Amino acid sequence: MGKLTIGCFSSLVGSMTLDFAIKLSAAAIEKGHKVDLWVSGNATMLSIEKQRAFKDYSALEKPLQELMAKGLNVTACEACAEARGYHKDNTMEGFKRHSMDWYLASAFDADRVLHIGGE
Amino acid sequence: MATTKLGFIVQRPPYKSENPKLAITHAIASQSVEVYLKDGDIVTADIAFIGDGVLNCIKDQKAMDHYSLSSTESHIKMGLLVDLNILVCKEDLEKFGLTENDIVIDAEEFGADLKVNVVPFDEINKMMEGMNHLLFF
Repeated sequence: MGKLTIGCFSSLVGSMTLDFAIKLSAAAIEKGHKVDLWVSGNATMLSIEKQRAFKDYSALEKPLQELMAKGLNVTACEACAEARGYHKDNTMEGFKRHSMDWYLASAFDADRVLHIGGE
Repeated sequence: MATTKLGFIVQRPPYKSENPKLAITHAIASQSVEVYLKDGDIVTADIAFIGDGVLNCIKDQKAMDHYSLSSTESHIKMGLLVDLNILVCKEDLEKFGLTENDIVIDAEEFGADLKVNVVPFDEINKMMEGMNHLLFF
């Protein structure tokens, strides 16, 4: 099985791109692949805990937690998060925070890198 | 020992979004990636500015004066300082009526040895073909 590294830079609310990234991660994990998901820029919004799910807005906390339980490795850019006021104490459990070199290190041994830029 | 080559392709103009700066900062992060890798393994980063992305390279930007933000120009200079290969598409510069004289070419004030290379798109294409992965910003 392979390793897929996904980098996503689009926001959780106001874009459907993270929804796509999570669905793609789920499909890859279902097939037995390893998936690293890096969120940077506005996509760090995904890392905040206690998101309230409304039907009009993307809400990915539940599917994300299910995927993390299945082995999804998800990391937020620490600087991008801090710049937005997303701190460690309101980060979802299991969601890692690292500097940008983590993404490059993940790409190092990835079979495929899917980079999805921001808005 | 292994090398993974990443190509960062910047297509968006500066200050409209944070993508160009994030491209450069992620590329610069190639300098510290070894902490996650085995001894001898490295990640290299090349950057190419194409399309509207060439506007990131205009020199004498005043982002600090107007927005209290570091400029993409200063990020490009930091990229040169850490020896990143930085390419700018010649044809796309010309579309904006720009020449090498209008863009940041070096970072001598920081002690950088490398310079920005203005090249035809064919050369950027060759660079991209030599990469393991491409990241479009």
